[in-house]
Amino acid sequence: MAYVAVKGGERAIDNAHAWLAEARRGDPAVAEIGVDQIEAQLGRAIDRVMAEGSLHDRGLAALAIKQAQGDLIEAAFLLRAYRTTLPRFAASAPLDTEAMQVRRRISAVFKDLPGGQVLGPTTDYTHRLLDFALAAEGIAPPRAPRADVTDETIPSVNAILAHEGLIERDAGSSGEEPADLTREPLAFPAGRDVRLQALARGDEGFLLALGYSTQRGWGGTHPFVGELRVGEVGVEIVPPELGFAIDIGDVSLTECQMVNQFAGSRSVKPQFTRGYGLVFGHAERKAMSMALVDRAMRAAELGEDATAPAQNIEFVLYHCDNIEATGFVEHLKLPHYVDFQSELETVRRMRADADAAAIREAAE
Amino acid sequence: MNIDLPGFSDPVHDAQACFRAVLDAMSRPGTVRAAGAGLLPPAPLAPATAAVLLTLVDGETPLGMAPLFQPAADWISFHCGALVPADAGRAAFVLATALPDLSMAAQGSDDRPEDSATIILQVASLAGPSRFRLAGPGIQSHAILAVGGLPADFVARWARNQRLFPRGVDLILCAGDRLAALPRGIRVSEV
Amino acid sequence: MAILARAKLAELAELLPGAPALPDYTVLRGPQSGLVMLRGRAGGGGEAFNLGEMTVTRCTVRDAAGGVGHAYVAGRDGEQAALAARLDAALQSPALHDTLEAQVIAKLAERQAARRRAEAERAAATRVRFFTMATMRS
Repeated sequence: MAYVAVKGGERAIDNAHAWLAEARRGDPAVAEIGVDQIEAQLGRAIDRVMAEGSLHDRGLAALAIKQAQGDLIEAAFLLRAYRTTLPRFAASAPLDTEAMQVRRRISAVFKDLPGGQVLGPTTDYTHRLLDFALAAEGIAPPRAPRADVTDETIPSVNAILAHEGLIERDAGSSGEEPADLTREPLAFPAGRDVRLQALARGDEGFLLALGYSTQRGWGGTHPFVGELRVGEVGVEIVPPELGFAIDIGDVSLTECQMVNQFAGSRSVKPQFTRGYGLVFGHAERKAMSMALVDRAMRAAELGEDATAPAQNIEFVLYHCDNIEATGFVEHLKLPHYVDFQSELETVRRMRADADAAAIREAAE
Repeated sequence: MNIDLPGFSDPVHDAQACFRAVLDAMSRPGTVRAAGAGLLPPAPLAPATAAVLLTLVDGETPLGMAPLFQPAADWISFHCGALVPADAGRAAFVLATALPDLSMAAQGSDDRPEDSATIILQVASLAGPSRFRLAGPGIQSHAILAVGGLPADFVARWARNQRLFPRGVDLILCAGDRLAALPRGIRVSEV
Repeated sequence: MAILARAKLAELAELLPGAPALPDYTVLRGPQSGLVMLRGRAGGGGEAFNLGEMTVTRCTVRDAAGGVGHAYVAGRDGEQAALAARLDAALQSPALHDTLEAQVIAKLAERQAARRRAEAERAAATRVRFFTMATMRS
């Protein structure tokens, strides 16, 4: 690829930006949307932008959505750019999802489990019929009913399954510093730490399609949702000037434990293995897709044939980031005049050669 | 933790001003720039040295530090970010008052010359008595740098570093509230 | 500090006028906004991995009573971080500790607990027990 610097067009660009600003504002007779309204009322868009922008900050995500006119990939791009201007103070202690203040927690493998099935604010049982009442403003929804709280903390399904030894246990922690894609570029072989980081900030649509492909036979697994939980988790850091851990606030997370049957290998008895999904915000589709793809990418580790796209670690990691993908796809709009001129010359020469060959053949 | 003394009063703009000073000093070797005026860092840090640290060092840049600077370690850690102690070979920055063995610091590689160390050397003076003649990128014909506090064999030691180009270390010299710089590509001779 | 980290500026501004005035102070660092890299564990209990970052604002002050106060609070509110740091410093003063604890910290803690409880009660109202229809299977 070669690029050519072009001059000029400055006024056109300024004018395009002015029009963009006007288009963003839309009809001035309609009230301007506030960043606080976006933050309060477009929660799932906020969650997606935070996850793919890899930055947990609801206010910034709302601003990015407003600026990007609701283009969520563009908004995530804005967050990624903004985060590069901030210093990093610390890394948190690993988040304790077991201690989550749970809004929603379901399991598809056990109907009776300690802590119970908590539906939370879900759309799962709605009829997907457009609700025209929402088009009429000023109708306050009824208050959500409340009930007495019986269990303070809700134990994870892992702990329950692990009891029988039928499910793979977590390896435990070596205490090593995990790799960080924001500091060192992607390199292969990529450990599970790198893979999970890439998936957590990866494109929801791409991961959804890959996760779906594993269910349809491209990387045959038979997954069950062991547990899906959504809620708030406290964040702890150890500032050096204090020397002890302090709690700095909460982040909202969705966690998915996907359970898969595993036929066993020479060294491991048949058992259930797990794929793991952890995503900012309320993002069930993304967390489940992440867990499916995480499990698929463990094929080689578990001695399975890695033949399907979702099992191909390089393929998945190189293509799951929508900011990178956007950059490379959209750069095709930039001037490629020199490249194209040289291609044009090549095609002309090839045609001339082909014509000459045809004439020679006809003459023979 | 001893954190009694403040850092930059206006962190963003003060750091930008100091960065500009370092950039100027690096791109026009031999020029002396002001940095850190108004800072009151803990001893033995000079204001310029402190300003360079506040500007360039953070919690993700391993810092090698001469033991002499230990009394200021808390302050550096508090204002720059968690201090990442590093031995000479791994440090991104080396803080010293006596010129360390340049070959022991990270040299970078031909692929990644930016991986080499930058030595922040606090010297007695940037007004002499020693005078060095500088030549190389960023200098029209030659420039003169006057320094007090470099070792007698500095020219020979620097020449060994300069020959490694594009590898080799860069040097920032700080005295009081002034600084100068010697990037690795600069040839130095006695006047 | 966990309670102050979750106290919104508006809440602090509401509670502080009812409490003894905070001592004068000098800022030692900040308020400065930055990032904390959040970590998860593979599988929930395995090796750590980097999940993504969050915004955090920190501030350190020394107040006239001699206390050094620190604050690290989620988000980008410098005023909130500065007030939290001043409160952290003032809480170290024996003369101020008990009244501030009672009139600010305890009230904040109460509100935060009430918010958590309300959330848990809403969740409890959506708790179900699925049952399989044994008679239909046989």
